[in-house]
Amino acid sequence: MDLRSSTITIIYHYVTAKRLVQVGRVVVLNHGSNTGRIAVIVDILDHNRALIDGPTTGVHRQIISFSHVTLTDIVMNKLPRTIGTTALKRAIKAQHIDEAWNKTAWAQKLAVRNIRGGLSDFDRFKVMRLKKQQRVIVQAQINTLKKSSA
Amino acid sequence: MAIKSDKAQIIPGVSRYSRSQRYSKRGLYLIKKKAAETKKEAAPKSAPPARAAHAANKDLVESLTYSKSRFYPADTVSKPKANHKAVRPTKLRSSIKPGSVLILLAGRFRGKRVVFLKQLESGLLLVTGPYRVNGVPLRRVNQAYTIATSTQIDISGVKIDSSINDSYFAHEKEEKLKGTEEEFFGEGAKKREAPANKVAIQKEVDNQLIPIIAAQPLMKSYLKSSFSLTKGQAPHLMKF
Repeated sequence: MDLRSSTITIIYHYVTAKRLVQVGRVVVLNHGSNTGRIAVIVDILDHNRALIDGPTTGVHRQIISFSHVTLTDIVMNKLPRTIGTTALKRAIKAQHIDEAWNKTAWAQKLAVRNIRGGLSDFDRFKVMRLKKQQRVIVQAQINTLKKSSA
Repeated sequence: MAIKSDKAQIIPGVSRYSRSQRYSKRGLYLIKKKAAETKKEAAPKSAPPARAAHAANKDLVESLTYSKSRFYPADTVSKPKANHKAVRPTKLRSSIKPGSVLILLAGRFRGKRVVFLKQLESGLLLVTGPYRVNGVPLRRVNQAYTIATSTQIDISGVKIDSSINDSYFAHEKEEKLKGTEEEFFGEGAKKREAPANKVAIQKEVDNQLIPIIAAQPLMKSYLKSSFSLTKGQAPHLMKF
């Protein structure tokens, strides 16, 4: 079957889907040691698997099941099918894909979660204290605003 | 008869040789023969020069009366295994160093965060709250019942009294009014007071530790607080 025509049928049937499996689609890995890293779909093998590559994030070129990745909103422009690793790296840098990913709330949330996971016991205590202080300040501001508006 | 030789046993109680092998090794058939001959001839003279027979000829009476020991016991006495274990000093966990903050997991101070001072000869850890900060006195704990945190306090300048060793923590025996009514109702029982020397030593340690702790922001209240797990926290996945 011609791949291009199969992609068209998918679009036809699921026109409401916002993120499509397509060459150039940036995905986040959610399984294994590369969890949380991004990669790019380089080729689609069948309805379960794709060839991905992440030369800027340390994800090796590999065949991966769609159940092990999550599609993002980011798609690379004009990416030919089965592009090589070096060319892909150049394209990612030229299109500022990593920066675009890091800007998303999703990436920032993952980064914070990573930092929080690596905190020591004393660090966790400090965070707890700072959050308490923050709460006091915010609550005081809310109260003054409430009073002034009433 | 217990088999004495080490070589003759594979493991205690299991012979290396079969019964027939042992029989031929011991050479008792020679003795039997000899004994039979002596009975016949009634004149035991030149013995055959065989090695086994040489041993047999050592004691003529024994060889003559050998038939008595013809039986061997059904149960061989097993030889206890040699113990190669040596008592080695407890190895301090690599994550614990003098000045480490530890979380106690057992005992009446469980959940408390304490400062590790040194390892005692028994292998137990000498810790203190310090007492004035969170109420944990100088105390011995087993390292298995602690979580070592990566938080460190610089205690290189702290002098720990040399009298603090394992015997320092031995309980003093007190006289008991056994079986009396007063004892049962606790009448006239003296209130146990902390020994003055221990109070002094604790103070000395506290006075050295507290300025170091106070120098680090939030450290004092960190030691004051106790550790607990909250929802979604799994200790084996957490970093300390």
